[in-house]
Amino acid sequence: MTDQTRSQSGSAPALTRRQAYEQRLRRRSITIAAGSTLAVVLAVVLLVPLSRGWDAVKRSFFNGEVFAKTFPGLLDAFLMNVAIFLWCAPIIAVLGLLIALFRDVRSPALYPLRLFGAIYTDVFRGLPVILVIYLIGFGVPGLGLPRPWNSPYIWGSLALILVYAAYVAEVIRSGIDSIHHSQRAAAASLGLSDGDTMRYVVLPQAIRNVAPANMNLFIALQKDVALLSFIGPVEVFRQAGVYKSLLANFTPYVGAAVIFLALTIPATRYADYLMHKQRRRQS
Amino acid sequence: MKTVVTSALLLAATSSMALAAGHGSCATGLTLEENVLTIATGNPAYYPWVLNDAPESGEGYEAAVAYAIAAELGFEADAVKWVRTSFDEAIQPGAKDFDFNMQQYSITPEREQMVDFSLPYYTSAMAVLTTQGVVDAGATATLDSLKGLVWGADASTTALPMLTEIVAPEKDPLLYGDNTDVTAAMQANQIDAALFDLPTALYLSAVVVEGGVLLGQFPADRSENPDQFGLLFEEGNPLRDCVNTAITALTDSGKLAEIEAIWLQKATGVPVIE
Repeated sequence: MTDQTRSQSGSAPALTRRQAYEQRLRRRSITIAAGSTLAVVLAVVLLVPLSRGWDAVKRSFFNGEVFAKTFPGLLDAFLMNVAIFLWCAPIIAVLGLLIALFRDVRSPALYPLRLFGAIYTDVFRGLPVILVIYLIGFGVPGLGLPRPWNSPYIWGSLALILVYAAYVAEVIRSGIDSIHHSQRAAAASLGLSDGDTMRYVVLPQAIRNVAPANMNLFIALQKDVALLSFIGPVEVFRQAGVYKSLLANFTPYVGAAVIFLALTIPATRYADYLMHKQRRRQS
Repeated sequence: MKTVVTSALLLAATSSMALAAGHGSCATGLTLEENVLTIATGNPAYYPWVLNDAPESGEGYEAAVAYAIAAELGFEADAVKWVRTSFDEAIQPGAKDFDFNMQQYSITPEREQMVDFSLPYYTSAMAVLTTQGVVDAGATATLDSLKGLVWGADASTTALPMLTEIVAPEKDPLLYGDNTDVTAAMQANQIDAALFDLPTALYLSAVVVEGGVLLGQFPADRSENPDQFGLLFEEGNPLRDCVNTAITALTDSGKLAEIEAIWLQKATGVPVIE
């Protein structure tokens, strides 16, 4: 305590030789990091515009006029992404949990559930998302469903839900597996039923353990919502494509990228923070 | 059909011989490869613009026009090389691998800021493609009736702005990446109608969409923003002036109209929407 107060008052002799050495080392590495970062930034800023095609690239990818003209429309279209995400995410969470539980049933009579869970995750993790969207989004309504039940919003969302639930199920299952079976034994010795053990002992810990991994999946989902545009819905990626072809300019795609990043970067940081917190708790 | 093809090729061959001397100098040194004219088309190229996805045959309206232009510029038919590009490859910055690109590009002032277009080689009416079921349900070729339909369109075409400006549908149109997806959605009854250029709509209604019907057309010669197709050039390509001269010559001589008569069905009988 006394050490700290002395160093706060700024008296230099308070530093031991070791502290002084470490401080020197720290300053040196900060200087080097700043220098190398500056060198890279300068190289990019100075050299890229020197390349022959820069003017053309700038005009077709970073065109301020086009950006200003199309950005409000893109923001508007992004609401569609958010809406699709919002109605898919809770269903994915529930279905994923259900499939994970299917894969953990221990009663021999319920073996078909276990088998179903395994086949389900194998199939839907093994298929490209876009393929599932095409097959379900065009295929199922083709059976002759009446409106509004053949809407691409319904079947496209279902495709996303099926695929992402498979991933979420695998993540939750890994969480369940991470709980040592001595805990189940302990719960059983306390007289808890299998169901109660899962409900009160295993799942609360399992889900907390895999929260960061699931967070990453939902970030990926936010991006994959754009794939729904292939079967009709006009979300931000499609809207950007429309502007691109009308203006023969790729700037709207850059605008869409900016919108995505504005959402995914904070979400990624938050996932990192969760992961960090978890590591601290466990160590 | 065969005799038509041979006569068309013969026509192209003779005119190329006749004109080779007169126009040969214009394009010299302006093409990517010396003495070779490299033309890009879509991948795949659609009927009736190119038949059987084989532009080398000169069959289909755009293939035939391409060979006619090549002949005007003084290129023999075997000096024409075909490459394939998507729409995006055609407008991306940087060196191009084609002299000009021909896949029903509508000429618009916005696009003209980024790339160059030739004079138009075709002016298209836009037609409403729908299915018999929708017509039976009471859809008619009036703007009031069209407003109430669920619309679809190919997102990379100028059909969408036309749709919102002229029809102004009550529900937002659904958009797709290519013609095939639009027709798939129509078949799945997710959309009622879609807007295409007339030749494409005729082909889709006759061959692709089961029970396809052309409900009506917006005439080509509307005063505002007619949909005109031009060849796409990299911005500032000096070859454009040569090609424009060739297109003017083909238009004046009636050759272009002749090719149109051979390859594009006359669209009579499709009611005009006022």
